[in-house]
Amino acid sequence: MSKPKFSRKLLAIPYGIFLVLYVIIPLVLIIIYAFTENVESNPHFVYRGEGYRISFENALSFFGNISNINTFIVSIFTGFLNTVICLLIGYPIAYILAKKEYKFSFLVVILFIMPMWINFVLRTSATREMFYGFKEITGIDITGAKYPFFATMVGMVYNYLPFTILPLYSTMTKMNRSLIEASMDLGATPVQTFVKTIIPMTMPGIISAANMVFMPTMSSFVISDVMGERQFALIGNIIQTYFDQAMWHLGSFFALTMLVIILVSMFLTRNVEKEENARGGLW
Amino acid sequence: MVILILLMTFMHLSKKRRINDVRITEVSPTKINFNSPKIKSIIKTVAKVFVYVMLFSMYAPILILILFSFTNATLIGNWNGFSFDLYIDLFNDEEVLTAFFNTVIVALTTGIVSTLLGTLGAIGIFYSSKKMRRVFDVVGQIPVLNPEIVTALSLTIMFVALGIQFNFITLLIGHVVLTIPFVVLSITPKLKQLDPNTYEAALDLGAKPAKALRKVIIPEIMPGILSGFLLSVTLSLDDYIITAFTKDPSFVTLSTYIYGITAKKGALPPMLRALTTIIFIITLIILLIVNFYNKRQKKMGGFNK
Repeated sequence: MSKPKFSRKLLAIPYGIFLVLYVIIPLVLIIIYAFTENVESNPHFVYRGEGYRISFENALSFFGNISNINTFIVSIFTGFLNTVICLLIGYPIAYILAKKEYKFSFLVVILFIMPMWINFVLRTSATREMFYGFKEITGIDITGAKYPFFATMVGMVYNYLPFTILPLYSTMTKMNRSLIEASMDLGATPVQTFVKTIIPMTMPGIISAANMVFMPTMSSFVISDVMGERQFALIGNIIQTYFDQAMWHLGSFFALTMLVIILVSMFLTRNVEKEENARGGLW
Repeated sequence: MVILILLMTFMHLSKKRRINDVRITEVSPTKINFNSPKIKSIIKTVAKVFVYVMLFSMYAPILILILFSFTNATLIGNWNGFSFDLYIDLFNDEEVLTAFFNTVIVALTTGIVSTLLGTLGAIGIFYSSKKMRRVFDVVGQIPVLNPEIVTALSLTIMFVALGIQFNFITLLIGHVVLTIPFVVLSITPKLKQLDPNTYEAALDLGAKPAKALRKVIIPEIMPGILSGFLLSVTLSLDDYIITAFTKDPSFVTLSTYIYGITAKKGALPPMLRALTTIIFIITLIILLIVNFYNKRQKKMGGFNK
């Protein structure tokens, strides 16, 4: 009997080739570019190998420039602050909505996510317009022109809150609520129950939510540009500037620093099972 | 770290609290009873109010734009009387319409390519050896974990290094890189639920592998494929960073158009309020359809069981 020599794993070949070509090779190039410099002004690295040499010029200009370090620290701070605010707002919302007695909970979750279907740039501009409308009506100026950091933070929370509610909601619907009752029945105070029972049970959701918020906040230059009226820069803004000026090597070094942060955060959260597909829960 | 510190303070507080509680209960047995119906109902109301206030603030910016799309005032906050001027402006502006259609075309092409490649990939990975699966899992997750700007920059650098002109294909590649992990992620759980024997049975009964795949596996994982497709379309519609980095400079999508125009003029041009209203309504309709479809799907699933 002649069985066809087809095996289903062969179907992964195109996907594998795609990943190698457009995910792995570009990342390797980022690392190469971060530690080389361009002697001639010739961007075609692979075409003509000469004209490039290994150098730590990029690292030096990153660490040697106080304003870069400053931006880096500000970005990390903004990322943390946004993560904490989003969790503080999103956690109770998800907790309330995940209760069974709540009738329209799924509909409300969808309503929370729906603004994400409106174009990201448009949404951010809408928030900015709201600030200006507020100024027009009340005369109180809280726009990014006056308070760039505040306006940027509002824009960030507004944009990333749905990303925290979704993973938290899906862990909370799966959590065993009888354990909460048990903890209360056994005499724990509400605070104890929260810290010892609820938080550990929802840890996967918290980690996923933090992952969904922290890195994107640091790297998205659109919100800080639009809301902060270009007075407030994050790492993303710097990379974008280097992109505009075709300074690939320096840009690569900045991108590399972000890759390092990701690796560190992956290492720190490696033991916690994550709520998979946090963004994928949309549909 | 901040979270850790917060957690630690919480734990510390709760420990202290326990000691206090013991004392309190020893001295006076009247502590706040969280199970009393009165307090419960207060907590419930507060919770509800909180959720709805947050929900309202999520919609505030969009609702304000929608409201002021029906007047021709340049500044939001001035109501100049009801008019459809902004809608007329919008439909007479060729650049916006081009941007809108470009965005839709990019999103649909991305959705199709991503879904095709991702579906085959997901099936292939699922039936690979454990080691291969791990490799694919790790590599496939890279675009999800990477900030968009890193993905965008890495692709740009590669295209520049190879001397490739930015065109529709480079843009498409960027969007497929962004969306394909989500297609794989939405199909894999469906493959896990599959009965492994049906495919073998189809082969034993004489079906060619291609036919067995088409008739046995694909229909079973169809919900996953559909949600993967919808997800990649929405992610593509929403994207700005990768688009800006990998597109042909003369190609406009909605995101790049709006970003460019707000960067130039400082404010959002009034006619884009009308665009917001239209996008909002389209989204609402699609959501209703999908929801309706999902409900029917669930009902039919229940019937089959």
